[in-house]
Amino acid sequence: MSGNIPIADREGPRRIEQELTEADRSRRKIEFDYSGGERLSMNMGPQHPSAHGVFRAILELEGEEVVGVDAVIGYLHRCHEKLAETLTYAQYPSIASKTDYVAAMTSEFAYVMAAEQIGKIEVPKRAQYLRVICAELQRIASHLLWLGTWCMDMGGALGGGATIFLYTIRERETILDLFEELVGARLLYGFFQVGGVRYDAPANWIEHCRTTLDAIDGRVVEYEQMLEGNPFFLARAKGVGFISRELAEDVGIAGPLLRGSGVNFDIRKAAPYSSYEDFQFTIPVETVGDCFARYRVRMAEFRQASSIARQALDKLPEGPISSMPGLKSVAQVRIPKGEAYTRVEGPRGEVGCYLIADGTAKPYRMKWRGASFSNLAVLPYIVPGVKVADVPAIMGSVDPVFGEVDR
Amino acid sequence: MTAEQATALIAERFAGAQVTAGIPLVVMVPPDQWGAFAQFAKETLGCQFFSFSSAVDWKADGLEVIARVENLDAGFAVMMKTRLGPGVSTCASMVPVYRGANWMERECWDMFGIRFEGHPDLRRILLEDSWVGHPLLKSYAVDTPYPPYR
Repeated sequence: MSGNIPIADREGPRRIEQELTEADRSRRKIEFDYSGGERLSMNMGPQHPSAHGVFRAILELEGEEVVGVDAVIGYLHRCHEKLAETLTYAQYPSIASKTDYVAAMTSEFAYVMAAEQIGKIEVPKRAQYLRVICAELQRIASHLLWLGTWCMDMGGALGGGATIFLYTIRERETILDLFEELVGARLLYGFFQVGGVRYDAPANWIEHCRTTLDAIDGRVVEYEQMLEGNPFFLARAKGVGFISRELAEDVGIAGPLLRGSGVNFDIRKAAPYSSYEDFQFTIPVETVGDCFARYRVRMAEFRQASSIARQALDKLPEGPISSMPGLKSVAQVRIPKGEAYTRVEGPRGEVGCYLIADGTAKPYRMKWRGASFSNLAVLPYIVPGVKVADVPAIMGSVDPVFGEVDR
Repeated sequence: MTAEQATALIAERFAGAQVTAGIPLVVMVPPDQWGAFAQFAKETLGCQFFSFSSAVDWKADGLEVIARVENLDAGFAVMMKTRLGPGVSTCASMVPVYRGANWMERECWDMFGIRFEGHPDLRRILLEDSWVGHPLLKSYAVDTPYPPYR
């Protein structure tokens, strides 16, 4: 290509170099040789492996240290809230699962609960238990994916990085197999409907659930031994990304992040829904507020989720699975005028649905309170002051799912 | 602090507010007291936890801004609402009180075009900066009339 450029122009840069004054040269020196005071803007994303989605963080750096961050979101925005105004109460639940596609059961759950609360629709006991079983299996599946990807983000420090990821994905597949047996789908289910659930447990499904949970319980112990016996893992997770209790509540982060910062709050205990009061379980809380504390909370939640699912499987009552059996027409569900805010404790925290019904077949307004959206909003407060290498570790510990952030 | 005590405190301090008992406590505040009520909810009622804030477009009746805050220790929540009135699209910002309102109010600006006074960084958040209109307004067609989506 240089062959086409006239000789005079080719020598251009050299001529300019000669015209530079001494002051200009010293300025350029600062530009190239880092001496400590200058800032550099660096794009992390939109396509960055540790974002687990499409997320752009514009980091302001001073050397290795992050001094500012501007989070750019919205790449996965699909106008869920506008869309919900155009779909009936029977149509939207299966779309709701596309908000948080890693925990699709949870968002369907919040939406149908809102419609049921406004319409004062009873849900049969068997359906409530099936909902609990699926929500807890979903929590385990979601935490497995989180653990694998988070450890992969922290990379080579964990002996090849992808080791844990492959193990957790293997276990997650067994839960997706259970969902496939129940619903026919592996990722986005459409299992919930207003008044109950759509499918009953097939033959041997309950037994299959028990054996799967047994296998996973054993594996979780192995992961803990692998990770907590690894000094590199501890060095990367401990003392990194502190969130104080005050900041946690002020920003409104929820779920394992909130409980990792010393707040004993879980919606399943604070405001039980769908028969959660029937089960014995504890809320794991850690007080330190760093990445390791959030890891510990989630590891303890594996056991609690598995215990709740087992109790629900043992006590699963007989009876109908929906108070609206044979729901065929999309406009069949009529919800009277009213409004409700319902929330469920998803794997990432409070997934809320604020619904205003105007008496027609479609909602007047629907607002998602996405757990990931509120959790991610804490980043600008905790990332400044850390090293660049800690940013993926912190972001992974927040566990954002961008379908839910952008909705 | 219980929900009953909170109701009494609100009635004493904010005469213009209408309180509807229930879970959560629904409080309709006049728009000029929005910021002061947020401060009161956090400091006096102990609602430290910011759940979400959003808006509703009531067509001819104008926009309504809502926010839900919660006292996690006492176990009660306050759903605060304010009617801005027909044609009005400015509201006081809650960011000086709750940092969680930052992104929520940016989303509200993005979707409803509500200008929050006192917000430190009011930009679009989910849509791109060049987007025309505010999609969650009822006047905005579901089939967006603007390029490049037409």
